[in-house]
Amino acid sequence: MVRLITHNLLACHVKGCTSNNFPLAFKDVQIELREAEMNPDFLRGFLPKIDWNALVGAARELGDTSLPAETPEMIDEEFLQTLHHVLLEIHVEEGTMTCPNCAHVYPISNGIPNMLLAEHEIG
Amino acid sequence: MSRPELQAPPEIYYGDTEAKKYTKNTRNQQIQADMTYRALELLNLPPDEPAFLLDIGCGSGLSGEILDDEGYVWTGVDIAPSMLEVALEREVEGDLFLQDIGQGFGFRAGSFDGAISISVLQWLLNAETSHPTSSPPHRLSRFFTTLHSSLRNPSRAVFQFYPSDDDQIQLITSTAQKAGFGGGVVVDYPNSKKARKVFLVLFVGGGGASQRVPEGLEGEEQEEGKVPFERRREREHKRVKGGKKKGIKDTDWILKKKELYRQRGKEGVPRDSKFTNRKRRAIF
Ligand SMILES: C[S@@+](CC[C@H](N)C(=O)[O-])C[C@H]1O[C@@H](n2cnc3c(N)ncnc32)[C@H](O)[C@@H]1O
Ligand SMILES: [Zn+2]
Repeated sequence: MVRLITHNLLACHVKGCTSNNFPLAFKDVQIELREAEMNPDFLRGFLPKIDWNALVGAARELGDTSLPAETPEMIDEEFLQTLHHVLLEIHVEEGTMTCPNCAHVYPISNGIPNMLLAEHEIG
Repeated sequence: MSRPELQAPPEIYYGDTEAKKYTKNTRNQQIQADMTYRALELLNLPPDEPAFLLDIGCGSGLSGEILDDEGYVWTGVDIAPSMLEVALEREVEGDLFLQDIGQGFGFRAGSFDGAISISVLQWLLNAETSHPTSSPPHRLSRFFTTLHSSLRNPSRAVFQFYPSDDDQIQLITSTAQKAGFGGGVVVDYPNSKKARKVFLVLFVGGGGASQRVPEGLEGEEQEEGKVPFERRREREHKRVKGGKKKGIKDTDWILKKKELYRQRGKEGVPRDSKFTNRKRRAIF
């Protein structure tokens, strides 16, 4: 399962592809929504790691527009609930992720992204 | 029989049949679980804080299930599709990636609060093709360098593995050091043939606590070569039995485990909810 929590941490790792290699762009996705237990402490701890623009953009690609364009100053329960849903409850089951720099395509099948590289792409 | 890593490449060795056999074997489940608990202990995460972990060579999720039970959020990578498929069937919570760790990671800097890897590293010591990028030193170096940058500072990565000799330990530790890690090897029950276990404990920055590599467990092996955790597991296993299907966690058991962790004063255990051990269902 790829959820936006891991997508937000994932850059392209093809040889020589070291700038403008994030975020990977979703295409042709099929998603599933699955409820998960909410853990506010975890979310608060994770917040500083998030690339906010990338998260908002990726959520849009998946048809979710619930996030504010910028991280709010006040982290309240309602915001955490929205963040929880976007990060942890939207599962991309099928589709592809494309590197914005080198255009390498990482296919997602059965919820699992294939990160394997060809010999000439290995750093 | 020689060690698995000498028989075939991992994604071939752990094909459909072996992946199922490996995961169903209760003796194996117990050994992998005990080593996972020990790895978590060596990881020495700050108590009472939720953490986001990487499970390197997560396989069918035997460790992942423990990470779930302990309330950690995690991501797993493995090269064997059949193992990952079993992990999906077992409905582990972590996100899974089909990935060859010898090709390195693309995770952004500081992504993870820690990493564990149980019975995997020895697989990186065998070359599969003659291409330069597939030599063990090259793969180890790519692996450790990209792992180092994907870990938070400070943090730790703990690997249980099966080195065949001291040269392998030497190659692994020196490559990890060149990649920027501190730390070293911890041997539990060094004098026991059965219970002896080798752990590589790596630090990013200060490693979260003192720079000192933890001590290995010493003394007489417990009960015919079993490490202490196993006895606790056994009690749990006995409790679960009562006619329940193996490997399927029932809600009672999960609640009971959570209760146990709470009593031990562990914070960050997810509160019980209607979602505890819910069946996942596709919405569309
Ligand atoms: C003995 S199993 C351990 C699985 C799991 N950690 C556990 O404790 O049950 C070894 C695992 O390492 C994986 N593995 C071996 N080489 C790998 C590589 N280069 N990249 C990713 N995973 C690898 C295998 O596919 C297999 O799932
Ligand atoms: Zn790229």
